[in-house]
Amino acid sequence: MSILNQVGNYFRDSQVWGSIMRHGVPRDRRTRAMAVLSNVFLHLHPVAVRKSGIRLSFTWCMGGLTFFLFLAETVTGVLLMFYYRPTVEYAYVDIINLRNSVVTLGLLREIHRWGAHAMVIAIWLHMLRVFMTGSYKPPREFNWGIGVILLVLTLLLSFTGYLLPWDQLAIWAITVGSNMARATPFAGHEGPGAAFLTIGDVPLVHAGSDARFGLLAGTFVGPNALLRFYVLHCIFIPLVVSVLIAVHFWRVRKDGGISGPL
Amino acid sequence: MIYLLAQDSAIERIKSLINAACAPEFFLPITIVLFVITLVFYRKITLPAVAGILALAFTAFYVVSMADPDFLKIIKKPDNVPITMMIFLVGFFCWLSLRRAAVNDQRMERGEPLEEAGADDKVLVWPDLVYTELIALVLCSVFLVVWAIVLKAPLEQPANPSVIPNPSKAPWYFLGLQEMLVYFDPWIAGVLLPGLIIVGLIALPYIDRNPRGNGYYTFKDRPFAISLYLFGFLILWCVLIVVGTFLRGPNWNLFGPYEYWDPHRPAALVNVNISDAFWIYLPAALNDRGITFWSPGLPDQPALGGWIPAYIIRESPGIVLLGFYFFVLPVILAKTVFKKLYTEMGFERYLVFWLLLSWTAIMPIKMVLRWMFNIKYFLAITEYFFNV
Repeated sequence: MSILNQVGNYFRDSQVWGSIMRHGVPRDRRTRAMAVLSNVFLHLHPVAVRKSGIRLSFTWCMGGLTFFLFLAETVTGVLLMFYYRPTVEYAYVDIINLRNSVVTLGLLREIHRWGAHAMVIAIWLHMLRVFMTGSYKPPREFNWGIGVILLVLTLLLSFTGYLLPWDQLAIWAITVGSNMARATPFAGHEGPGAAFLTIGDVPLVHAGSDARFGLLAGTFVGPNALLRFYVLHCIFIPLVVSVLIAVHFWRVRKDGGISGPL
Repeated sequence: MIYLLAQDSAIERIKSLINAACAPEFFLPITIVLFVITLVFYRKITLPAVAGILALAFTAFYVVSMADPDFLKIIKKPDNVPITMMIFLVGFFCWLSLRRAAVNDQRMERGEPLEEAGADDKVLVWPDLVYTELIALVLCSVFLVVWAIVLKAPLEQPANPSVIPNPSKAPWYFLGLQEMLVYFDPWIAGVLLPGLIIVGLIALPYIDRNPRGNGYYTFKDRPFAISLYLFGFLILWCVLIVVGTFLRGPNWNLFGPYEYWDPHRPAALVNVNISDAFWIYLPAALNDRGITFWSPGLPDQPALGGWIPAYIIRESPGIVLLGFYFFVLPVILAKTVFKKLYTEMGFERYLVFWLLLSWTAIMPIKMVLRWMFNIKYFLAITEYFFNV
């Protein structure tokens, strides 16, 4: 034990340790505060929080778990991108190969898929908790709005990811989902108002120019839709979500931390 | 053993009873009544003993149901696994929040401090919070990995544009929206209503001006807001997902949870529009009683020399009804039931509030009218894809 302590102290006294941690072992009030303040990840937290606020039966930890699941999805997602090609020829085969992959124990894709479902449920429960504690009330109105947009983006992330395995479940679920865009007022060719948008006899909004065409890059769920959903799923939506998560966390701090009775 | 039990005629009778209760004309009122009972008696129902027995009973019911091959087939579908999770998690956390609300409400009545009281009672984030987070993170990871090992993620046959599955279902979290397609045109169900849900949620803090209930669980301090939100989340979102999963079968017909999904089962098309009811069924009924001044038939001639098209006259009953609902009813309510609310909110907020509330309420209204009275559209201007 004393040898372990000596080795430990040797490292903790070294210049390398000091340069990384900038403070001693978090054993007293000061160093514990420093541990949070001087760490880029931990400093999202305040130094001290209300005791009742961090009780599990108050927050349910659902916001934190949603964020953790987002990180887990990002890590597994990046790894999946090494093995998956978003083309009609290869997509399904690549998923089959991932299932049988020795390197990933066949688990990578399963974790990613189940994690996505878990994230959808976790974000609903987070929202339920925030509502039931009235935590959207002033001064947190704006952050509630950011949260709603994050909820929508989470559903869209899940929706765009749904297509990528290119199985029957994927294309027909996306067909059902994207068919609704056909009916967008004025912007979908079966929507109300679209019939009025004409130049002479030529309709401006038709199956090859409406909102659904923009979503799928075609008139049906085909190769272009697969590529489009892939880019949306892997790059575009995650980037937007990351920015909004930063704003969301920042505003939690600025609006007074975890809510509590005034 | 379970197989033998399933052969028992008593069990068969219970199953057909549940199948019958899941027919929409019963299922919908039963669900709404249960919801109202839960909120009215939230203090009694959330008592750990009562809620525990209810939860056990439901779990037992769910587990025993798996003896039924048709129910098991739905449960076992990999893409439906999250729905089982959703049912139990949403149930548990709704109980937890209402339980804590009940405890707080009792404390306030007795003049005791809230469970969340003690604003100055601070603890350091390191170690108290970071260790909680670490444990949650580890447990969540273990849960995910075990889940991934035990159950294979959904993967069906390779995509084939020429083989259309019946039923074609949206991803499970959008099944509530897909259910709305039954009652509304795609532009309302797929575009307008989702848009209103998003806008409405964002607008919520600006409409709800009640300063009480900020930062603690309570029901008594904000019963209206909580009832409305839970109605939207539980009935219009979660229950519709459950309906879409368990009760919607081939051709989007409704089946009981223990019923075989027969793709050839005929569905009776008996739904009528308000205009049909007014111009055809009402005069026909009068004629039967000997009153003959009004002969049944849809008006097909424009009026006022072509200024008012025929479809406007045909749909005038629906226009009057909807006009009353969207524009007259809010005024009446503002002067009666919502009088206090209206003075708190002011004109603009009340306007937005009514826009959101009316569209929230029109969904269950249309469901009730459809399933109990076979009414399809209030307003059916099929000429311009405009049906409400």
